[in-house]
Amino acid sequence: MALPAHATIGDKVWHYSFRTLVAIIFIYLIVPIFSIIPLSFNSAELLSYPMKGFSLRWYEEFFGSGRWGLAIKNSLIIGLSSMVFATILGTTAAVGINRANFAGKALVVALLISPMMIPLVITALSLYLFFAKLGLNSTYTGLILAHTILGIPFVIITVSATLQSFDYNLMRAGASLGASPLRVFFKIVLPNIAPGVFSGALFAFATSLDEVVVVMFIAGPSQRTIPREMFSGIRENLSPTLLAAATILIVFAAMLMLTLELLRKRSEKYNAPPGK
Amino acid sequence: MVFRSDEGVGLRKKLLRAERRKKFEALGLIAPLLLVMLVFYFVPIAMMLFRSIDNSQMARILPQTSEAIQTWSGEGLPDEATYAAILGDMKIAYEEKTLAKAGRRLNFDLVGYHSLLLKTGRKVEQIVEPPYKETLIALDKKWGDVRYWTVMERGLKDTTMMYLLAAVDLRYDDDNKIVKVPEQEAIYISIISRTVYISLSITILTLILGFPVAYYMANAKPRTRNLLMIVLLLVFWTSLLVRTLSWILVLQNNGVVNNLLMFSGIISQPLDLVFNRFGVYVAMTHVLLPFMVLPLYSVMRAIPSDYVRAARSLGAKSITAFIRVYLPQTLPGIGAGALMVFIQALGYYITPALVGGPRDQMVSYFVAFFVNEQVNWSMASALGVTLLILTGSLYLIFGKRVNIANMKLG
Repeated sequence: MALPAHATIGDKVWHYSFRTLVAIIFIYLIVPIFSIIPLSFNSAELLSYPMKGFSLRWYEEFFGSGRWGLAIKNSLIIGLSSMVFATILGTTAAVGINRANFAGKALVVALLISPMMIPLVITALSLYLFFAKLGLNSTYTGLILAHTILGIPFVIITVSATLQSFDYNLMRAGASLGASPLRVFFKIVLPNIAPGVFSGALFAFATSLDEVVVVMFIAGPSQRTIPREMFSGIRENLSPTLLAAATILIVFAAMLMLTLELLRKRSEKYNAPPGK
Repeated sequence: MVFRSDEGVGLRKKLLRAERRKKFEALGLIAPLLLVMLVFYFVPIAMMLFRSIDNSQMARILPQTSEAIQTWSGEGLPDEATYAAILGDMKIAYEEKTLAKAGRRLNFDLVGYHSLLLKTGRKVEQIVEPPYKETLIALDKKWGDVRYWTVMERGLKDTTMMYLLAAVDLRYDDDNKIVKVPEQEAIYISIISRTVYISLSITILTLILGFPVAYYMANAKPRTRNLLMIVLLLVFWTSLLVRTLSWILVLQNNGVVNNLLMFSGIISQPLDLVFNRFGVYVAMTHVLLPFMVLPLYSVMRAIPSDYVRAARSLGAKSITAFIRVYLPQTLPGIGAGALMVFIQALGYYITPALVGGPRDQMVSYFVAFFVNEQVNWSMASALGVTLLILTGSLYLIFGKRVNIANMKLG
């Protein structure tokens, strides 16, 4: 947004005050997140500036304590398992959705992505009541099922997006050369839509890793995840260990974002229509 | 000619068959997921909806009474047989320890029923011979009060509207008519309107902050744009709890904001910036801002600059060109962003619970409250129904104009 040469004083004032406004909004977005990171290295137990000195003791406590250790383990078990199930179910369904037009397709799509739209507390309450009948509350199975459901919409959306630029003639070519449908899927479709599948999987994992409402309803004491521990930590006693956990989650978010950006660029390059 | 048309029919048949096969393949691929979601998502939600009107447990706890009371006209007291039935039921329920459950349920409708049932239950062993009616009334005169029997009759039906009515501050009166609850007991309507009010405020705040950001990004040089996009996505991907925690640290009494204000001499006492409505607005706007910026940005990127330039060259002032030419073209983005933010805000629980005060809690909080602290699943479900109706109706009204699938991922 460069200023044209003929800009009047009014234009200039407007131009610079607008830039200042945007800068202030970005400060509002980023500063709170970054103000956490230095404090997590504070040697004192205070949660405010100025810092006393540098120390890694809160990280030691985070990785050393049984409570957080269990939470890390639970988050990984639940996050990775639900990611795998959501990715498999979501990818096959997305391929189906984009394969043909059929009556009620819009409704089916709306149903499949509804977990993203329905308030989390409703999902949590419904599954809690349902699992109470099946004895699935306070079990890993219950939590993995719940998080699979929550991750599915993201897989469907990302995979559908890559499928839109997928050339179905490739499948026909494969079939006409004698490949079985399964072979066509694994050798032709999957490699082509891999970036979408991979982003969908990451979305599903991130959703599970950040989810706390369903965990609060369904998990027992031995299934508490990182966000669940953070929630009770913020509620009950604000300790610097929370800041160490938060910093690690921020680093994780940064890595996740960069990976997704790379995937997006890659799939754009791969799937660019011919002639562009 | 005949030959050609024959071939045409054959081709058409083949094409139809191929189409049909494609459809079956598609359905076969979707079926596993649809089945999983049916069993583990839609059935549970349907059960939750039903839970809000389900009352069948009462007839299980007091089976004889539920049978006997059907002969009661509703006028005057029931007959001796009904009193005998309730005595028999109470005897069994007291031993099986289900009487308290029935008492809690009836107490929800009429305060005093819980203690009445427990008090009678303790002495029910001693009553062995008729007349039961007089003995019970002598034990507690509430048994001679028609109101208690009206509530009992209502309480023994298989379904009840009581919880749904309670969720919108209504109840049955002594004549089985639906009336408003007394003003000092009415809380849910104010909670629902508070939820809508907070969500609407957040939507407006994100629009005010998101519009300039999206506009700037859409028109910036590629390098600046990429940098800002990375910042925005980093915020978007950072855990909700991390962001909520960071706002508590920034806004607390000895937090960064208060320290800066005190240091610069603007204030002498720290301001209360968190654990109140202000904190909720600041934190929730922060969390939901990317959902407004991303759709706005992608719409603005697609707006050609020619129209505004044309308007300017035809003599429109920049403000006129902006309002009459540019702004209307951003409406799809505003619509998608606003709907996304508003609907998400309606269901918010974690952020208000952590940065708000008691008067800033929204519907979701009370759903969790009724499950975790009151163990009243029916009331939790009834509040869940109101929340679902609230979000569902928004989709029905606005959803068609907005492409839902493209909203969340920018």
